[in-house]
Amino acid sequence: MRFAIRMTLAAFAAALSLSAHAQQGPDALVKSVTQEVVQILKTDPKVQSDQARLRELIETKLVPNFDFQRMTALAMGRNWRQATPEQQKLLTDNFRTLLVRTYSGALNQYRDQTIDFKPLRADANATDVLVRTEVVRPGQPAVQIDYGMEKKDGTWKAYDVIVGGVSLVTNYRDEFAEQVRQGGIDGLIKTLQTKNASGK
Amino acid sequence: MKTAMRRARAAIVVGAAMLATGCATTGPVSKVDPFEPWNRAMYAVNDVVDGQFVRPAVQAYVDYMPVPIQMVIHNVFGNIEDLFSAINGLLTNKLDKAGNDLGRVLLNTLAGIGGMIDVASDAGIPKGNLDFGLTFGTWGFPQGPYLFVPLLGPTTVRDGTGLIVRFYAGPVGFIPDVPTRNVLYGVGAVDLRAQALGPESLIDQASLDRYTFIRRAYLQRREYLLYDGKVPPEKEEE
Repeated sequence: MRFAIRMTLAAFAAALSLSAHAQQGPDALVKSVTQEVVQILKTDPKVQSDQARLRELIETKLVPNFDFQRMTALAMGRNWRQATPEQQKLLTDNFRTLLVRTYSGALNQYRDQTIDFKPLRADANATDVLVRTEVVRPGQPAVQIDYGMEKKDGTWKAYDVIVGGVSLVTNYRDEFAEQVRQGGIDGLIKTLQTKNASGK
Repeated sequence: MKTAMRRARAAIVVGAAMLATGCATTGPVSKVDPFEPWNRAMYAVNDVVDGQFVRPAVQAYVDYMPVPIQMVIHNVFGNIEDLFSAINGLLTNKLDKAGNDLGRVLLNTLAGIGGMIDVASDAGIPKGNLDFGLTFGTWGFPQGPYLFVPLLGPTTVRDGTGLIVRFYAGPVGFIPDVPTRNVLYGVGAVDLRAQALGPESLIDQASLDRYTFIRRAYLQRREYLLYDGKVPPEKEEE
């Protein structure tokens, strides 16, 4: 009996914390995830030089908070609807790998920057917002890093990262369009696969 | 050294060959980049000249020059740029930015010992980052064709014109002693190039086609600076 009560309580607590996580606002989500990752990099600097652990950190902490399908669709533009569901899946998987690699390269360069979180300027019931942060490096100009975030099924996920006004996702538009024009959608998939295979 | 020379010579030949065949290998040109074949050839030349000579030298500077000296050099040149940012702020009626920049120059010149220490950044006064290219843009001039210039990198007709104006505005050009002037030009260029080393390795990792990636990133960044972070939505979709 006591066991049953304890289990019920535990389940209740788990459900509570889960819903708390889901209801977290987009700015609070960016803040908690960023701070967690920065904290890990600070307490264990060896993670930075260890490719495998860096990837694992990104896979577990960052990847679940990104909507890679939306990112791929945005980068593809009009060509996205021309792709079959299988092609869309391949594109998303390969683009995801490329972005994770790039992100691990960016984290690799993290030194002793501090991150300021700007107040969110959006309605309480908005489902598409821009969360703005600023990375400050001693003696250097601050770099704006903004996250385009969308609420889907009650969870906020990022679909774009904008560094100093340069959107990572739309920056791929010209490249993707060019690849599709030259070799069709399969050509783009092949280029992405080759790029990913060549990466360290 | 000899091999480097040989490689450079090979690069020039390759560059020339690309120039000759450039038109045949690239497809329809994009609206923003009508000179794409020429630009790609210049990009190829730059890749070799920069990769063989400039980047290794700049990397050595970053690795071996004591960091405090690098910071002092960066701050002194930055202080001059802040002054020009203030001038451009006044030219375009961006008075809050001009005020910040003037405040920065005053503070850094007086309290920061002639601009050697960036006290203003520590005090939280933001840089305006304005330049003549942005001023022309605010006045209504369009970017014009995209240009890739060896050693200079990505620019456009408008921004490039701005750079030429900036170049003749001094102050390094006004120094009468030629060797001193040239050393200062060199140091300024090295400092500028050093800032790009970090982002560059990310571009290598991120891009499918480096040329296109850099072009898009450059144009996005300039648009963002021109509209001060508030790019109108219809402009975003090209």
